[in-house]
Amino acid sequence: MTSTATAPPSSAERPDATSGPPPQRAPKRIAFSHRLSRWDLKLSPYLYISPFFILFIVTGLFPIAYTAVISFMDWDMVRNTGTFIGFDQYVYVLTQPKFWIALRNTFSIFLLSSIPQLILAIFIAAMLDQNIRAKTFWRMGVLVPYVMAPVAVALIFSNMFGDQYGLVNTFLADLGIPPVKWHSDAFASHIAIATMVNFRWTGYNTLILLAAMQAIPRDYYEAASIDGASKLRQFFAITVPSLRPTLIFVIITSTIGGLQIFDEPRMYDQFGTGGADSQWLTITLYLYDIGWGQWNFGRAAALAWILFLIILAIGVINLLVTRRLVRNEGSVGR
Amino acid sequence: MTATRSMVLAETAEPAGRGPADRGTRRRPRVVRGSRPGWFVYSALAIVLASAVFPFYWSLLIGSGDASTIRDPNMSWLPGGNFLENAATVINDPAVNFWRALWNSIYSSALIALSVVFFSTLAGWAFAKLRFRGGRWLLVFVVATMAVPTQLGVVPLYILFADLGWTGNIGAIIIPALTSAFGVFWMTQYLQQSVPDELIEAARVDGASSFRTFLTVGLPAARPAAAMLGLFTFVSAWNNFFWPFIVLDRIDPTLPVALSLLQSNHFVDYSIVLAGVLLSTIPLLILFAFAGKQLVSGIMAGAVKG
Repeated sequence: MTSTATAPPSSAERPDATSGPPPQRAPKRIAFSHRLSRWDLKLSPYLYISPFFILFIVTGLFPIAYTAVISFMDWDMVRNTGTFIGFDQYVYVLTQPKFWIALRNTFSIFLLSSIPQLILAIFIAAMLDQNIRAKTFWRMGVLVPYVMAPVAVALIFSNMFGDQYGLVNTFLADLGIPPVKWHSDAFASHIAIATMVNFRWTGYNTLILLAAMQAIPRDYYEAASIDGASKLRQFFAITVPSLRPTLIFVIITSTIGGLQIFDEPRMYDQFGTGGADSQWLTITLYLYDIGWGQWNFGRAAALAWILFLIILAIGVINLLVTRRLVRNEGSVGR
Repeated sequence: MTATRSMVLAETAEPAGRGPADRGTRRRPRVVRGSRPGWFVYSALAIVLASAVFPFYWSLLIGSGDASTIRDPNMSWLPGGNFLENAATVINDPAVNFWRALWNSIYSSALIALSVVFFSTLAGWAFAKLRFRGGRWLLVFVVATMAVPTQLGVVPLYILFADLGWTGNIGAIIIPALTSAFGVFWMTQYLQQSVPDELIEAARVDGASSFRTFLTVGLPAARPAAAMLGLFTFVSAWNNFFWPFIVLDRIDPTLPVALSLLQSNHFVDYSIVLAGVLLSTIPLLILFAFAGKQLVSGIMAGAVKG
């Protein structure tokens, strides 16, 4: 389709291009235009990619390098310069109990959001992979939450998870279960925040997994059902193993996103400081507080680098595990 | 600064927008597996759908009531009659600046989406179809930048914009987002597959300049993938919170920043807050009604296959 769509413009181009230059023109001009077109060929690729690189250097590379510089400084907000103090800011951040609480919270929220989300997404994708009616309708349905801003999601859910009059506690009361302290209890607050993440991202991941499922050759299932394997058995013996590369990929991307979580915990109460006892303080929330609450840019920069190194470390671990799993899968014979 | 998640998504991805663009030459015809599934699948899917939509309905319920609705043990499951009143309170709240926020969100997201699409197509065209020294290496570099978290650069970026006197200015959230590594990678992947080299050769033989070739061959071919990239960029720019929250102020916010102001002003009255949530979500719901299908196929095309 693409080639047929693009052919007309270039052939429409042809008349004026072929009828134009060569025969009538003087040889000197041909040489000049030839030189010009050679420069055009050589330089234009660089010109085309330059907007990205220029902007990246200014708003990406420079800030990253400068974050490293600032992290070794005691930054003076008024004079807009700093004095070098070595690793003091890193030492400070790493000796704050709040940092370790934030680290614990971040990982707890991350695990509570990624694991149930993946399991749910696999099952929903498996259902969408059936020969259902109105496919597009269901697919769009699961994606609806994705268009809602995390801030908006957080506001709705922090209302539903209200300690006193929240919908969830009312519902629990109807079942005869005592109310949960969704805000004052650390673990409960992590569940509430993880629920927001799950709400917004499950459908998105479902569609990714669905795409991977549709790429599984149908003969596998046919062969299996001839052998008398049940639907459930087929799901665990064929579908799940085939999804492994996609699953690993989804895990890696959700790790990078999940460890940076900010919007949801920030909006979980009206103060945005992660709770009175830092019950749901996350690393990025802590970074915001150090940088724009206490206005200490040196410490904020150090924390930013620490967060980056943590993400990098988890990424490398992920990759190593991935490699092994993919190799194992190869031996299964896919 | 699109969501990191979707940014990295295409790292191992296949070309964008495979759906309509290739005629399924490689895709084997799908064998219909068995019959239609039974009621179990449909009812499970209905539950999923209900929970995807429920929070929207909940904000309508609370947002159309009044301050006491939430405390009412016999709360009605039908919307009340106060939505317009609550919406008016949101719009007229001088601390929130709703119209300003709506306009800022619309125009910054649209500008960012247009710019990302144009520059990504241009760079993707160069990486996919033009040969130049260092091209491979530079593309690897682009991909590598996708893994860097936003947080790593915010402190100097803030110092930079404060130096320029741009804090509080909507430009401070537009400028850093004008290009995107994800976009470049996405378009590179797509153009590699969808434009035959002979077509470019033909244009060149006909004497078209490099830029003219891009305009007449590259741009039209890129259209399906560009539309999807534009959609995703728009949605993530619209929903972006962290950096706008840092650099913008209450006089000139975007919608998510305005929502956070609304929360700190009206935390005692959730009917106002959730009416505001609904108001700010309506534009994207309208967008979704028209472009939801595209979003679905965009995600599925970008996914890793097999």
